[in-house]
Amino acid sequence: MSVVSVTPAAADLIRSLRGRHGPLMFHQSGGCCDGSAPMCYPAGEFRTGSSDVLLASLAVDGVPEPVEFWMSSAQWELWKHTRLTVDVVPGRGSGFSLEAPDGLRFLIRSRLAA
Amino acid sequence: MTRYDAPTHWQSRYDHFIGGEYVKPHGGGYFENPTPVTGQTFTEVARGTAPDVEKALDAAHGAADAWGRTSVAERALILNRIADRMQDNLESLAIAESWENGKPVRETLAADIPLAIDHFRYFAGAIRAQEGSLGEIDDDTVAYHFHEPLGVVGQIIPWNFPILMATWKLAPALAAGNAVVLKPAEQTPASIHYWLSLVADLLPPGVLNIVNGFGVEAGKPLASSARVAKVAFTGETTTGRLIMQYASENIKPVTLELGGKSPNIFFDDVSAASDDFLDKALEGFTMFALNQGEVCTCPSRALIQQGHYSDFLAAAVERTKAIVAGHPLDTDTMIGAQASNDQLEKILSYLDIGRQEGAKVLTGGSRADLGGDLSGGYYVEPTIFEGDNSMRVFQEEIFGPVVSVTSFADLDDAVKTANDTLYGLGAGVWTRDMNVAYRAGRAIQAGRVWTNCYHAYPAHAAFGGYKQSGIGRENHKMMLEHYQQTKNLLVSYSTQKLGFF
Repeated sequence: MSVVSVTPAAADLIRSLRGRHGPLMFHQSGGCCDGSAPMCYPAGEFRTGSSDVLLASLAVDGVPEPVEFWMSSAQWELWKHTRLTVDVVPGRGSGFSLEAPDGLRFLIRSRLAA
Repeated sequence: MTRYDAPTHWQSRYDHFIGGEYVKPHGGGYFENPTPVTGQTFTEVARGTAPDVEKALDAAHGAADAWGRTSVAERALILNRIADRMQDNLESLAIAESWENGKPVRETLAADIPLAIDHFRYFAGAIRAQEGSLGEIDDDTVAYHFHEPLGVVGQIIPWNFPILMATWKLAPALAAGNAVVLKPAEQTPASIHYWLSLVADLLPPGVLNIVNGFGVEAGKPLASSARVAKVAFTGETTTGRLIMQYASENIKPVTLELGGKSPNIFFDDVSAASDDFLDKALEGFTMFALNQGEVCTCPSRALIQQGHYSDFLAAAVERTKAIVAGHPLDTDTMIGAQASNDQLEKILSYLDIGRQEGAKVLTGGSRADLGGDLSGGYYVEPTIFEGDNSMRVFQEEIFGPVVSVTSFADLDDAVKTANDTLYGLGAGVWTRDMNVAYRAGRAIQAGRVWTNCYHAYPAHAAFGGYKQSGIGRENHKMMLEHYQQTKNLLVSYSTQKLGFF
């Protein structure tokens, strides 16, 4: 079972954003307001470093390159017993995440690792 | 009780406020602004993009020099006049913020707006009293230190206290003599414009500019601009890091407030008597539901000492069950609506993983349907989980009315659990023993430790984070220096050369 998977609705949105913005990446946020939610950026917009861990390179049908999903390693220490699914819901705010103007918001759903 | 009518003072559309007047968005787009009370749209707001931000920066740069040279007496007078206008319109401001954010009007009437008013008055006073310094290096040499404004600053405001959080950033920045380009949260852009309708004539054109829009379209060009001398942001860690990355490209300072997972610690002696103090402590527990839990310092982890654990927790559950949910504009309502649908969905996802991890639901645990026209709104039952600090509901900011409870053995154990978190913004300590209170308060790695109180936000008490909770201290005169440069004049009063050349 992969660490991160994507719902069909989220895959649709990723394809759409890929068409408009080019290659994409995710970084899972922590903290308040729009936090505890995945942020979607043009690939390379957010500089990952030694404090981050690459959880998955998501293969999305219709997207030519893998979409990397990152999280800070300190946060992953607290999450690693769970598996994550990127979903999408109607919504509004999202920091600088790309999907907000569409009236949509990426959301993480979690389940315990088998 | 009073039940206010839905506010009718909104304009049907809000443009950007740039250079002292409303300006249509360059791209021509607008987005709908729904109230979380019913889910219905009540106004539409300009969708800002980079050209709008540039125009606002032009206006701010045009105004900054004159504003920075305006006497502190005059700047303070303007801030006090803003406070006076807000005082005169307290009720309508409170209703506006409640309608846009979903929070109970009892909170906006008693806390959000009165605190914002006092905040302007505080910084009006603080800037009058601020002094530079001089150092007498030797008999002929003096180092003078002057406070100078940074110039033009960018501010990105969160949605949980739309007017108060804007005030926390605006009051010190304006007092210090800066011109501002401010982006409200895309969830709650309208109430700041209602506020502006009351005070816009008090400020010189260009000193305050408001560009609405989404983070990616309007916030990013503001945060990454080489034309802002500083960026202030309240939000979450990934965007905070991204703003620091942008700032590093231009070598600009930032202040960040990024949230927490605040422990609220109840020692055994809290229950030593059945008295007012115990009653106050139980209210302190229940503070997790203030503002529907949408507070960066939500006391979302309750640590209860083992000796009184069962009794205190049972009383806390009863207190939580007594929280009155209802229409946010009803003054009897204690908990209103979550601010947006995605916020609601995120909270529900945490209620799900909390259960999966084995946390026990002591009360609540579901979305609430309040019936009638509120059925379209975003309501959640106040929820108490019982579990272990390693669970995700103990480690992540849910930003909903959800508290996770665990026990501790002694002071060391309490401090260990309290500090077992990535964050360090707020904490609460409840005890009748001031020695214990002092030891716990000093040992907890958080910027604010409420001691025998919680969720008080008076001006003149510094507020900010340790660890991943951010950089800077708001709410205090020290915030002035986050909006100022230090100019040193090093002056020689000697007529004699050094003799090197």
